Amino acid sequence: MAKRERGQTPPFGGVFVAHARILGAEDMARAVRRMAHEIIERNHGLSDVVLIGLQTGGVFVTEQLAEALAEIDGQRPATGTLDVALHRDDIGLRPVVPEAITDITMNLDGKTVVLVDDVLFTGRTIRAALDALGTFGRPQGVQLAVMVDRGHRELPIRPDYVGKNLPTRRDEVVDVHQQGVDLGAVKK
Amino acid sequence: MSNALVDGNLLGIEGMTATEIEEILDLTDIFAEISQRPIPKVPALRGQTIATLFFENSTRTRLSFDTAARRLSADTMTFGAGSSSLSKGESLRDTVEVIEAYGADALIVRHPMAGTAQRIANWTDAVVINAGDGCHEHPTQALLDAYTLRQHCGNLTGLRIALVGDIDHSRVARSNVLAFTALGAKVTLVAPATLLPSSLTGWPVEVSHDLNAVLEETDVCYLLRLQHERISEGLIPSIREYVTDFGMNEKRANLLPSEAIICHPGPTNRGVEIDAVVAADPRAVILDQVANGVSVRMAVLFLLLGAGRDLIESPTAEGNK
Repeated sequence: MAKRERGQTPPFGGVFVAHARILGAEDMARAVRRMAHEIIERNHGLSDVVLIGLQTGGVFVTEQLAEALAEIDGQRPATGTLDVALHRDDIGLRPVVPEAITDITMNLDGKTVVLVDDVLFTGRTIRAALDALGTFGRPQGVQLAVMVDRGHRELPIRPDYVGKNLPTRRDEVVDVHQQGVDLGAVKK
Repeated sequence: MSNALVDGNLLGIEGMTATEIEEILDLTDIFAEISQRPIPKVPALRGQTIATLFFENSTRTRLSFDTAARRLSADTMTFGAGSSSLSKGESLRDTVEVIEAYGADALIVRHPMAGTAQRIANWTDAVVINAGDGCHEHPTQALLDAYTLRQHCGNLTGLRIALVGDIDHSRVARSNVLAFTALGAKVTLVAPATLLPSSLTGWPVEVSHDLNAVLEETDVCYLLRLQHERISEGLIPSIREYVTDFGMNEKRANLLPSEAIICHPGPTNRGVEIDAVVAADPRAVILDQVANGVSVRMAVLFLLLGAGRDLIESPTAEGNK
């Protein structure tokens, strides 16, 4: 969970307490490399592939994925960032923060967009992201890469590339950061 | 989050702190990006109805509020004083109640009498936004100007701003002085004594009657519109004399530092407060002000009607993604 949600979700002012380290930094790097190979395999190369990272947690995963793709294929795919706060169905429940910048400068018509996020949970963020992408053009296809799929989907959405399938309880919290993936809870 | 906005209304800059103003300006960046998209529309205010009640003419304010509302997917209702039952003698209060009965969630009000927005806010549960009340305030204009200055000059702290023209009758000047000084700018009012307020007590500004002397030490030259009625009221001897002393022409524009900017809230009187040549100068950012008006008003509408308000009133967010 990215920093902005942590400060603004109940319990307010709560602190994330990790119970278990699920992936270390090296495990995560391996998972990123595997997902990069899968993206190249699935799309027969990287022509017309664009990575779009979801603000805020998906942005650094996007950067890592782009680096891995550049290493394997020799060319770095175009990347962008997208904030879906204004497209959500639960608007008002989640904060809109100025730091979460949408930066999509390329035309998405005919491109294959790989949406990248840190954690896939209810699927509502992705639903909002699919809506938001429509305001930037008509991609040829949209695929989804997530570092952690924690289950509990509320919409018919599934990921194409998964770093780690992690069965969780609903009240647990998954934190994906540069050093790895933690499972824990937010405590007051 | 902004206290002036937690009350649920935006009636004036008076009473807002620098932090509150800056929060709105920070959020404006997000809405400016939306306007750049091939399809500039987000569903943030879907299902909300925004009514514009304009008892005075307007091009910019009305169109930009309307555009802002539509880009946020709100429905809009338009009330024009001339074409309404006001001309049959219906009172202001009845008019407001009728519009509220049609389900308006927000009322955007412009009126020639100072304090009208405040009065309407006392009568209704809908959000009220002041779009100009008499010679009192025009808060969204001040916010869009502050945003424009931030865009061109970075921080407003220490920025030297000259407000030139009819200060006394200008709601733009009042709101701008409050906003600019709150953000740390140094404001100098430049006008003939007849166009200055009779008392400036409590205004953290300097005053000058000599435009040429001020220009060299100015980062932002903000020109105000001169209404022709001011001559019949005897406040200035003639347009020509005003132009000679206070009109922005090419010669005066050359006195400004090269990185200075020239602002005007519009509508402009070409050849009076600003020469056509100066209006076309790359340092004149008048059209940027117009474009920023939409973004700032989107931010204000969103804060008052969208997530901003709900977040403050009922903090019931999800646990994780």
